[in-house]
Amino acid sequence: MAAAQYEIRVMGAAGRFACAHDERVLIAMERAGLATVPVGCRGGGCGICKVEVLNGDYRCGPMSRVHVSAAEEAAGAALACKVFPESDLLLRALGKCFKRSRSKEEGARNHGC
Amino acid sequence: MAVRGVLRPGFVQLRVLELEPALKHYRDIIGLDEVGREADGRVYLKAYDEFDRHSVVLRQADRAGMDVMGFKVSSDADLDEFEKRITSLGTEVEHIAAGEQPGVGRRIRFTAPSGHTFDLYAEMELSGDGPMTENPDVWRDPPRGMKPIRFDHCLLYGGDVDGTVKIFCDALDFNVSEKVVSPEDGSDVAIFVTCSNKAHDLALVRHEEDDKFHHCSFLLEDWKDIGNAADIMTRYDVSVDIGPTRHGITRGRTIYFWDPSGNRNEVFAGGYSHYPDNPQRVWSAENIGKAIFYYERSLNETFLPVVT
Repeated sequence: MAAAQYEIRVMGAAGRFACAHDERVLIAMERAGLATVPVGCRGGGCGICKVEVLNGDYRCGPMSRVHVSAAEEAAGAALACKVFPESDLLLRALGKCFKRSRSKEEGARNHGC
Repeated sequence: MAVRGVLRPGFVQLRVLELEPALKHYRDIIGLDEVGREADGRVYLKAYDEFDRHSVVLRQADRAGMDVMGFKVSSDADLDEFEKRITSLGTEVEHIAAGEQPGVGRRIRFTAPSGHTFDLYAEMELSGDGPMTENPDVWRDPPRGMKPIRFDHCLLYGGDVDGTVKIFCDALDFNVSEKVVSPEDGSDVAIFVTCSNKAHDLALVRHEEDDKFHHCSFLLEDWKDIGNAADIMTRYDVSVDIGPTRHGITRGRTIYFWDPSGNRNEVFAGGYSHYPDNPQRVWSAENIGKAIFYYERSLNETFLPVVT
């Protein structure tokens, strides 16, 4: 049986994408051709894809504590490259912006910076 | 020039978030050989063409990045000499006892102004599985994976890179082979230093945070092996940053990619030979795109911000 698919939305950003139960949210976003969360190392080390999960259930792989402390993790912060959905999710991007890739307005809209 | 004093980058100790995926990456996908696993959990690896016991050390931790980069020097007496010279520049030197890493003699350690930890050591056990020396074949067994020849260099990010370069040049006799200079104030944005005939043994980029790790690099034989490495990355779904491409700086052919904890690796081949009497090559920062990625002629989104 195929793994369950959930719908992932990012606050303030156009586009929603599907992510399977056994798939990482950031990878599903890239596969959908979206850039609503900035992509870095994809390994939980660099912190670029940091998000706050505003709504929904999920589990996480190990993430660098430099970027997500235990307290932050408990409060809903995570690195999208290590988030596996267990329901539909609503995210807010928290990571550093890439100045080169987006206009200021779009960056502000997408990432709150 | 005879290479003496500091000989080469000898080892890098990396922090990984999970050991088994890291081992699969470095051993099975890149193709390093596992040398041993110690009671403290650290795993030791080496490339097939290295004589010394190990060159990569993996330590499981709750954050990614680099613990320490070690350079091998030509004699034990050099350690005393370098300790005096480092200390005279106002940087403290610490002593690491022989055996802290298996097969490695005493080390001297300093924290550079950019926040990075560096070790110098003179002794490391020879590997029982190193390159052949009598009527030597090109290898004992066909190289695996990306066929890495050796651990080659690191690029590190930090604040006071000038202070770090000063120690490497003034106390350890490195030379600056190439650099990127800001057109606004003439400050060095990126500095490439060598202790050998290689275009670089260490590179430093100015960054707002200290003690950051950009990549450690493994030497491959040629452009064809870079292509083989690219095939392997796609086949095994390795997280790729950029490449295959070429650097303007050093002229090396390259792929940047990440280990499963987000530490960037490089495979590279080629690059010019450096001699200490060569004039320095200088890039103006407005040409940094071509300097870093010669074919793309612009930086990608990840080169500057993505570090561990």
